[in-house]
Amino acid sequence: MTDTEILVGTHMPLTGPAAAGYSKIAPATRAYFEHVNAAGGVYGRKISYKIMDDTYNPATTQQVVRELVLQDKVFAILNGLGTPTHTGVLDFLKTNRVPDLFVASGSRSWNQPEKYPGTFGFNPDYTVEGKILASYVQREQKGQKVCFLGQDDDFGRDSLAGIEKILGPVAAKQTYVTSNPNVGPQMGALKQAGCQVVMLATIPGFTALSIGTAAKIGFKPKFVVSNVGADYDTLAKQLGAAAPLLDGLVAANYLPASNDANDPWITLFKQINTKYNGNAAFDNNIVYGMSVAVLFVEALKATGKDLTRESLIAAVERGGFKGPSIAPLRFSKTDHSGYAGEQLSKVTGTTQAYFGDAYSTDDGDGPVKAYTPTVVPPAALPTQK
Amino acid sequence: MDRFVFLTFDGLSRGAVYAAFALALVLIWRAARIVNFAQGAMAVATAYAGYSVAAATGSYWLGFAVALVAGLVLGAAVERLVMRFVDHSSPLNQVVVALGLVLVIQAVLGMIYGNEYRPAAAPVSREAFTAGGIALLSRFDLFVFGSVAAVVALLVLLFTRTDVGLRMRAAAFAPDVSRLLGVNVGGMLTLGWALASAVGSLAGMLVLPTELGLHPNAMDIVFVSSFTAAVLGGLDSPVGAVAGGLIVGLLLSYVSGYFGATVAPMAVLILLVVVLLGRPGGLFAKSTARTA
Amino acid sequence: MTAVRERVPTRAGEVVRGRGRLWILAAAPLILALTYILPPFRTYQLATVGAYLCVTAGLTVLTGLNGQLSLGHGALMATGAYTLALSQNALAGRGQWTLAVSAAAAVVVSTAVGAVVGLAAARLRGPYLAGLTLAVAVVVPSITSTFDGTFNSDQGLSVALDPPPGYIPVERWQAWLCWAGALITLLLLANLIRGRFGRNLRAVRDDEAAARLAGISVARTQVMAFVVSAACAGLGGALFAVLAQSVSPGAFPLALSLFLLMAVVIGGLGSLAGALWGALLLVALPALANSVTDRFNAPRLEGNLPLAVFGVVLVIVMLAAPGGIASLTRRVRNETHPDRASRSRFSRRLFRQRRQ
Repeated sequence: MTDTEILVGTHMPLTGPAAAGYSKIAPATRAYFEHVNAAGGVYGRKISYKIMDDTYNPATTQQVVRELVLQDKVFAILNGLGTPTHTGVLDFLKTNRVPDLFVASGSRSWNQPEKYPGTFGFNPDYTVEGKILASYVQREQKGQKVCFLGQDDDFGRDSLAGIEKILGPVAAKQTYVTSNPNVGPQMGALKQAGCQVVMLATIPGFTALSIGTAAKIGFKPKFVVSNVGADYDTLAKQLGAAAPLLDGLVAANYLPASNDANDPWITLFKQINTKYNGNAAFDNNIVYGMSVAVLFVEALKATGKDLTRESLIAAVERGGFKGPSIAPLRFSKTDHSGYAGEQLSKVTGTTQAYFGDAYSTDDGDGPVKAYTPTVVPPAALPTQK
Repeated sequence: MDRFVFLTFDGLSRGAVYAAFALALVLIWRAARIVNFAQGAMAVATAYAGYSVAAATGSYWLGFAVALVAGLVLGAAVERLVMRFVDHSSPLNQVVVALGLVLVIQAVLGMIYGNEYRPAAAPVSREAFTAGGIALLSRFDLFVFGSVAAVVALLVLLFTRTDVGLRMRAAAFAPDVSRLLGVNVGGMLTLGWALASAVGSLAGMLVLPTELGLHPNAMDIVFVSSFTAAVLGGLDSPVGAVAGGLIVGLLLSYVSGYFGATVAPMAVLILLVVVLLGRPGGLFAKSTARTA
Repeated sequence: MTAVRERVPTRAGEVVRGRGRLWILAAAPLILALTYILPPFRTYQLATVGAYLCVTAGLTVLTGLNGQLSLGHGALMATGAYTLALSQNALAGRGQWTLAVSAAAAVVVSTAVGAVVGLAAARLRGPYLAGLTLAVAVVVPSITSTFDGTFNSDQGLSVALDPPPGYIPVERWQAWLCWAGALITLLLLANLIRGRFGRNLRAVRDDEAAARLAGISVARTQVMAFVVSAACAGLGGALFAVLAQSVSPGAFPLALSLFLLMAVVIGGLGSLAGALWGALLLVALPALANSVTDRFNAPRLEGNLPLAVFGVVLVIVMLAAPGGIASLTRRVRNETHPDRASRSRFSRRLFRQRRQ
């Protein structure tokens, strides 16, 4: 970092089987930084974003993060993606005192302020989301048999924990691993258990696979999906002619919907996408990438002109950022978790739209509270140009 | 019971794809005595071509045909332009070159098309017919069986009944003698690669609609399962390739269904060990090697 | 015995003469010096080369000197890595000796696994062996999902490590550990190759029937070769776990086994110097490719371009220098061509179907 430049880095799967969708996030973040740089940067410093490909391989993450910290001497690591990949670099970043901001994962590992004081989450914890989705099921699908299909890692386990906190033990549960794209056996087992509601903690490819495979065997329960794998455009493309199966799909999310033409953030993001991101196909991954950038810029501005790693961390812990999300942001000295709420969405016909209240809760046994979602538009933010 | 039926048909359907791909591997083995590690990546590349054409013209079948033709061209090109120049003193060299090609093909596809999963739609319905509440086959499964059976039949006809087939077999088995007898050994080799690559493309077009979608790495796992199937059946035996493919497909399906998806690879490994302990050349090995 | 010796020509450059071991011993102070001179990231890369060298050395002995093609050495690395992880997580905090114990445990367990695979594979040749080891490479990561209570499935485990003794920077300590392992491995292998074991390996590789006639137990030699290379891979994997401070199936994909194979072939099969070249390549080539393509910021090129460059370089090197880099340096050094006859004979054996 100098008087004219801040260098931040990230590790993302840009190639390889895990790259689908995720490869678009970092370029979108960089595009937003270009937009801010064009207006003079933050207190005269332009933000440079170095994106390294780790192909979702934790061993590669070690290499690239070390290169970023030891060789490129980045000021901070931003939006490192993946639970198994990022878990491995927590100790290294702590030892080297590098701010580790806004990790792209909903695992609770990023919320350990005593152990990793420089690490902060971004995504709502999977447990939080599980509780919110489960409370919807409890309200709207009362008395029905609820089952679960989740990824065999923190994502699936934490989601299930959240669900069972509200609904109690589910009637049947299955897991999948990303290396095996055949969920036929799992859906067959759920069908046999007579499930009427199936809650999915799946990445987009596997959401589509699950819904498609279920239809193939004549199994048509109500699907309730985590925000990670619920983007309508992605799912419809995957399912192709079977896209009508998505009608009625319930999910939740915390960022503006990419198809929401009325949202001022979407308008802004679309402009930036056209000008600085090569007009890439605009979807929720791009919204995600730019939302992370918005938050980082807010944090930089809140830190002030005297920018050091310690002052940045202190500014993040002070919190109070607005950003484009409808969810409350939990940053404090004792809480590094990130967003803590979501709003439900439903697919009607071919449109996915938010409905009803937003909900927020915690990782523990706290209640799921409803609130009316409001968004602070970009113009109203004193720190955004 | 209906679980068993479902798993059987699911396994056969996947197995047919593995059989086709294993057949492609066996074809090249018989022709050139190497395992084509680039087969999966080549199949993906032709599938991208096929689906691009299908998207541009609106006709899946045109895209399908383009994919097969692209397979022929790509196979011939790889043999003529790359493999021919590799030092034949060590077959490992060709393996390394093939692996290098995989990297290049996957990277170029990523650069042209991006690393997103593209939808790979099936031409016919994937909903299963039901009989008495039990899900059976879908139209797409029937299409898969039909295509693979047609390809196997065509290849059998080619190799046993036609002149070209005889020359190809001669060129593979005894290249020096064949050359003396006037067979264009080099040309037969190219033809073998082209055919194998086309069969691989067919397998790719058949399996991609059932997976996560079109992606530069989409055929990696299929390659592994198919290679295992080919080894299981015996690399010299096309019948073995088909049998091996079906067996691997069924085994994976049953084990996934009854014991969980993570145990399935182990079951295949155990089967492989058991078979190879007794018959080190695969199930349909022509001769058993005498070993200590 | 004389008959066997004559059939096993000693190629210039193969580490069979005493000179090779001197090189290895001389390398130790050189590496030590490098760890003080190089900046931290380069030291980390140096450490990674050391870890890879353990594996490539064992693999080149197995594939180059014994003719057995293994596509599963990534899985053997994983075995060593997970053993070290579990051992460290149980023992850590009691002092640096726990690392030695964990590494020893890693070697023991991977040796055992290597013995099992080797026994199953003793009768297999060429692509059949490749197929079996390929299946092993795929199965071992899946075990982490089956027994996800212990191994934590795709997410993996962190490795509890004690901080380096005194004020030694972490990267330097890692480089010392990795190169201690690598040099010990090289010394042991060099000794083995020089003796009867090495002669048996090459005898079996070149002509099994003749070897059997000379009284060598082919099956035992094959299994021993596998076991030795598995021990090396296990140590390499354990060092990997120390470097990454975590283990997960994603760190040991099939691609790793394939890259290891590519590295030893390009480095030069059968030669420990070739193993060093291979290890260097595994670390340097991706880094070089990345730095060359760094200037291009187009979103689609990111990540893909380095891979394309890597692949093209591989193909070109294979076309231009099929004997590997070690053969190039040998040619430059000796001005005599390598023994082509012996190489082609052994290589055809590698993939030939037994015809009785």
